[in-house]
Amino acid sequence: MPLLLFSQPFMDSPLIPLIIEWSLKIFFIFGGLMTALAYLTWFERRVLAYIQMRLGPNRVGPAGLLQPLADGIKFIFKEDIVPLDADKFLYTLAPIMSLVPALTCYVLLPFGDKFVMPGLNREIPLHITHVNVGVLAIFALTGMGVYGIVLAGYASNNKYSLMGGLRSSAQMVSYELAMVMSIIGVLLQAGSLDLVEICKHQAGWFGMQWHLFTYPPTGIIGFFIFLIAMVAETNRVPFDLPEAETELVAGFHTEYSSMKFAMFFIAEYANMVTASAMATILFLGGWMGPFVDQFPLLGPVYFTAKVGFFLFLYVWLRGTLPRYRYDQLMNLGWKFLLPLSLVNLVLTATIALFFM
Amino acid sequence: MTIQQIVFIVFALIITAGGVGVLVQRNPLYSAFSLILSFIGLAAMYILMGAQFLGVIQIVVYAGAIMVLFVFVIMLLNVRDDELHPDRHKYLLYIGVPLGLGLIAEVFYVVTRVQIAPAITDMHATGTVGTVERIGVGLLTEYLLPFEATSVLILMAVIGAMHLAKREKE
Repeated sequence: MPLLLFSQPFMDSPLIPLIIEWSLKIFFIFGGLMTALAYLTWFERRVLAYIQMRLGPNRVGPAGLLQPLADGIKFIFKEDIVPLDADKFLYTLAPIMSLVPALTCYVLLPFGDKFVMPGLNREIPLHITHVNVGVLAIFALTGMGVYGIVLAGYASNNKYSLMGGLRSSAQMVSYELAMVMSIIGVLLQAGSLDLVEICKHQAGWFGMQWHLFTYPPTGIIGFFIFLIAMVAETNRVPFDLPEAETELVAGFHTEYSSMKFAMFFIAEYANMVTASAMATILFLGGWMGPFVDQFPLLGPVYFTAKVGFFLFLYVWLRGTLPRYRYDQLMNLGWKFLLPLSLVNLVLTATIALFFM
Repeated sequence: MTIQQIVFIVFALIITAGGVGVLVQRNPLYSAFSLILSFIGLAAMYILMGAQFLGVIQIVVYAGAIMVLFVFVIMLLNVRDDELHPDRHKYLLYIGVPLGLGLIAEVFYVVTRVQIAPAITDMHATGTVGTVERIGVGLLTEYLLPFEATSVLILMAVIGAMHLAKREKE
């Protein structure tokens, strides 16, 4: 088999430098991402503490900067408990099914435009893959994340877990609709499902071409629908019903411990970053910013800054808002956000038809 | 052996394993997950053939939406153990196996006899075949009537479902 793999047509193809390029990009993006996710927990705890007039973790390392490392080591050395009557195979599979789609999304996100590698004279695009249906692919992958949660609830053999899993999946399925509906206006303007094309469509005019501001007021309405749906999709405060601790202990991950719990945790934060990145790309111009045409490497800097704003918003909401009741959540999704996004879509189409 | 062939073989094995899994699993939840595995493999096949849109839609619609409902129903009904092992109808074995073998023989016959179109080697030349633009234009011009008919069918199904769900209990 190794002979077949490295047979002549395979070796001669121009794939080898491409594979090296991809491997390096995957290494850097995922290495950076995992570090960022770890530090996101530190950031969240610190900001939340300041909102609540506390100090937060500040003991491990300078300003508590080594706290994520300590947490990671603690997770690895905790006992891995499987409940007695749990379905052991599905119980192990659930965290994997939650984490894999969450991380796969990063293959598709564009962090910047192409830049020419000095010395190699090789043009390197600042994204891992380029799919012409990028938006749909991201929604497909985030949609797959539901299974991890449902499975965790089912396999734990615990009524609180099951309730949490069911709540969470119902919530994700409901809000996905409003989320997708709210961005159709953006797709209409950009005329593409390609994440790179959507970013490029928002270039120039000092940010006035961002889809947030174009076609007023549909851009702003769509943005707020997307924002609410994105918080609900990632099961965060004020929509964290699946893990409402006063009702359901910890929801779908009640029975999980050790690294399996950590995997759910990482998946949640990875989904937060994906949702923030999608909001950035669709409404805030992605990597666009001043002088990005002259210095393409500024792209990832702007991109990270915009994503960081949304991540701060997540923490800010968590520190400020109380939790919704479950029926209120469903009413908001089905009776307010979905009709509003449909009206918004019609409005966008009307503007596109008569005024542009 | 090109890289396309390697990818094809890997995903063909995944699809087959998923399909067999649906049949042999006793637990309906395991069957559902085997089916999801098969769907994901199928989506990869579409993407391999340059139909990126179709591949992604396969995941969004089948793996992401329909199977979520399947899993939901299976979990909520919570099938009891005695229902997991129904009485086997022995005579089905004698009908099913010859029929299955006949079907496999037919597939082999078709594969060996039918003239297969030359494989598309240049992915960039045919890169526009499966794109959203082509499918959108096709649906709203050439295939408008089937498209609208399907829409009406779906609308009927939605109204029917609403009617059944809202029916007053006697």
